[in-house]
Amino acid sequence: MLLTSEGARFRIVSRQDFSDVTYLLEVEHPQMARAARAGQFVIVMEHEHGERIPLTLADFDRDRGTITLVIQAVGKTTREMQQNCRVGTCLHALVGPMGIPSHIGASRKVLCVGGGLGVAPIFPQARAYRESGAYVIGVVGFRNRELMFWEDKFRAVCDELIVCTDDGSAGIKGLVTEGIRQAAGRHADIDECVAIGPPIMMKGCAEATRPLGIKTVVSLNPVMVDGTGMCGGCRVKVGDKVKFACVDGPDFDGHQVDFDDLMFRLKRYNESEKQAAVRFQDSCRMRDAATAAGAPPSAGRAEA
Amino acid sequence: MAPKKKTIRTIPQQRTPAREQEPLVRARNFAEVNCGYRVEDALREADRCLLCPEQPCVNGCPVGIDIPRFIEQIGAKNFRGAYDIITNTNLLPAVCGRVCPQESQCEGVCTVGESLEPVAIGRLERFVGDMAISEGWANVPYVEPSGFRVGIVGSGPAGMACAADMAKAGCDVTVIEAFHEPGGVLKYGIPDFRLPNSVVDAEIEKLIGLGIKFECNTLVGRLFSIEQMIGEMGFHAVFIGTGAGYPSFMGIPGESLNGVLSANELLTRCNLMHARDFPGYDTPLQPGRQVAVIGAGNTAMDAMRVCLRLGADKVHCIYRRSSAEAPARAEEIHHAAEEGIEFHWLTSPIEILDDGKRGVRGLRCIRMELGDPDESGRRRPVAVAGSEFEFEADMVVFAIGTNANPIIGQTSKLKLDRRGYIATDERLATSIAGVFAGGDIVTGAATVIEAMGAGRRAARGMKAYLGLRDTDAVYREDDGGRPKLFGIDLEEHGFALVRLPAGGPGAGPARPATGT
Repeated sequence: MLLTSEGARFRIVSRQDFSDVTYLLEVEHPQMARAARAGQFVIVMEHEHGERIPLTLADFDRDRGTITLVIQAVGKTTREMQQNCRVGTCLHALVGPMGIPSHIGASRKVLCVGGGLGVAPIFPQARAYRESGAYVIGVVGFRNRELMFWEDKFRAVCDELIVCTDDGSAGIKGLVTEGIRQAAGRHADIDECVAIGPPIMMKGCAEATRPLGIKTVVSLNPVMVDGTGMCGGCRVKVGDKVKFACVDGPDFDGHQVDFDDLMFRLKRYNESEKQAAVRFQDSCRMRDAATAAGAPPSAGRAEA
Repeated sequence: MAPKKKTIRTIPQQRTPAREQEPLVRARNFAEVNCGYRVEDALREADRCLLCPEQPCVNGCPVGIDIPRFIEQIGAKNFRGAYDIITNTNLLPAVCGRVCPQESQCEGVCTVGESLEPVAIGRLERFVGDMAISEGWANVPYVEPSGFRVGIVGSGPAGMACAADMAKAGCDVTVIEAFHEPGGVLKYGIPDFRLPNSVVDAEIEKLIGLGIKFECNTLVGRLFSIEQMIGEMGFHAVFIGTGAGYPSFMGIPGESLNGVLSANELLTRCNLMHARDFPGYDTPLQPGRQVAVIGAGNTAMDAMRVCLRLGADKVHCIYRRSSAEAPARAEEIHHAAEEGIEFHWLTSPIEILDDGKRGVRGLRCIRMELGDPDESGRRRPVAVAGSEFEFEADMVVFAIGTNANPIIGQTSKLKLDRRGYIATDERLATSIAGVFAGGDIVTGAATVIEAMGAGRRAARGMKAYLGLRDTDAVYREDDGGRPKLFGIDLEEHGFALVRLPAGGPGAGPARPATGT
């Protein structure tokens, strides 16, 4: 069967809320589950008027025929998805897997570092390295114990797991860079470090491994529209070259990436995003007020 | 009955103007600029065609539309007949009538054009295409299922044209698109004021009427490979029309500043994603007040005019050659100028200036002069020493061309040329048996109609490969009544689709499935 019929496509089959901002969606797409490799991403559109947002694959299950996304509600679109994406509903669009899969090379000892929204996408990498026979040291960072998730999943694929929390409520106290330092202190023979997370965290990881001479791969997730190399919005500076994260990446040499440029470019649409988020919150408040007053809830979309 | 022979002296001397929105009004809205011909306009313009026996226009058309015959039918007020003649060779007249560079194709070689203004063939074609949409005409070919399955990668003009021809040859055709809507560049690239997306959708509906299936949200190369399509997925032939798409930048300082973007990004956000209706739609687009667009092709014109409509105060066109070398259609440059675009010919940007907050403050340029002809035959622009100057801008858009999209190359063993485009033979067959390619992914960036021509050429090659007889379409009227034939002798009515036995040359890896 080549393609599923329209209508029942991209159905959400399970959902889990890790905290009030982080949620997991498991989406039906057997073909993508078969094709997906560690390091790839998808583009999602929640509804017809929505924007296309790139999300790194957090997992894929060939037997269940599903892919898994872990999303942080930070802007209008991700907050709206948090409200609307319930089990049984369908996404308007889902395309992928996109990007060049991570190169799971012959490294024998690997550090897999995930921070914040990068914790979930580092999981397939850790698993892929484990399957390739490498010794995997996982380093995952959260703000506090309440926000932790997937510890058991990581323990199952990592030979060692270092949990870092900002307040020390679980694991060691400190950022993932502290975890890297500890791991590197114990193991002088680490071949490679893979780091996924917010740009500032990946930059920190790259700076932590640079003096140790550990090859470091980072996964970039800049602003993009199509994800197929067509808009050029995702261009990033790597060494003295300009690359498109969607088709030339998303993995790049962390010691070559210009993170400051990436961070500025991520702010390109900040003004509009703020405006949309405020407007969305207002519409939610109005709807809640209407519901409280006994009026039927509106469709969730305020009119202009 | 027969009118007396027309001569260059007896026909209306002036070209019939198309009604247009007033420049200063339209520059602030997204409605179509050119409102098209009314019936009386079309009749008058049809009367200007001499129906000359040489018919150079037919050769000037990349798909070889029988132009004099359809104009003759317009003149006889048989608009449906005109539609039937056009759709023998071109299923998308409403699109092509709007976006073809007629002045360098059919109209450029028109006999009338030797002494007067050429017949407005494009406007007449559009008139017929629009009437077909509003009247709901559709020509469904009389075909027998051939049992072959054909996959088309990319739903832009090349893919659509190839799909239509293969469907008419009885194949079970699936068009695969990575975006969430079909149409390719016609949807994301060309803005509504030039080609409304509703017109594209109407034309796609006609293809669906031919039995063609469209599958969106599917990225070939990553979800499955070309090799898998032709292998385990059971497609007997595949056409790749993924376009060029990968936008070029110049490599000058300041390109990564916020406020610098490719025309592709600007147009996709605005056209396909409806950023112009933000926040009703979620996709944002920070509008510029003073916009500089680099390049002078059709895409550059579209980008500039979109910026005006998004509310820019001033839009500049920066081009390193002179107006004579600008690649855009004459009508587009004319329209852009009317709307108040300021052209800076013989000017090349050398640096984009930072406003101190990683935004754009302006553009530093240098004057150029034309030197000796280069390999393209156009005179090469040479910088004039010491002529640097700056001007203010808060948004810079690059529309200087595109490169080959790398995804198919990354994920298949297809032979590419040295620039990354797919290598093909004269039949547009690639290095993998059963896989054909055409359009921008083979030739580099070109026009919609050239891509459609390539799609049709690939379909001819594909039919030969599959052992299908290549005949021009046979049509029946779509009223459920007795099939009536157009454009083909009646004894051809029961024509058989000739197919080579499975296992013979070009039978592909799998036996043809039985038609259902």
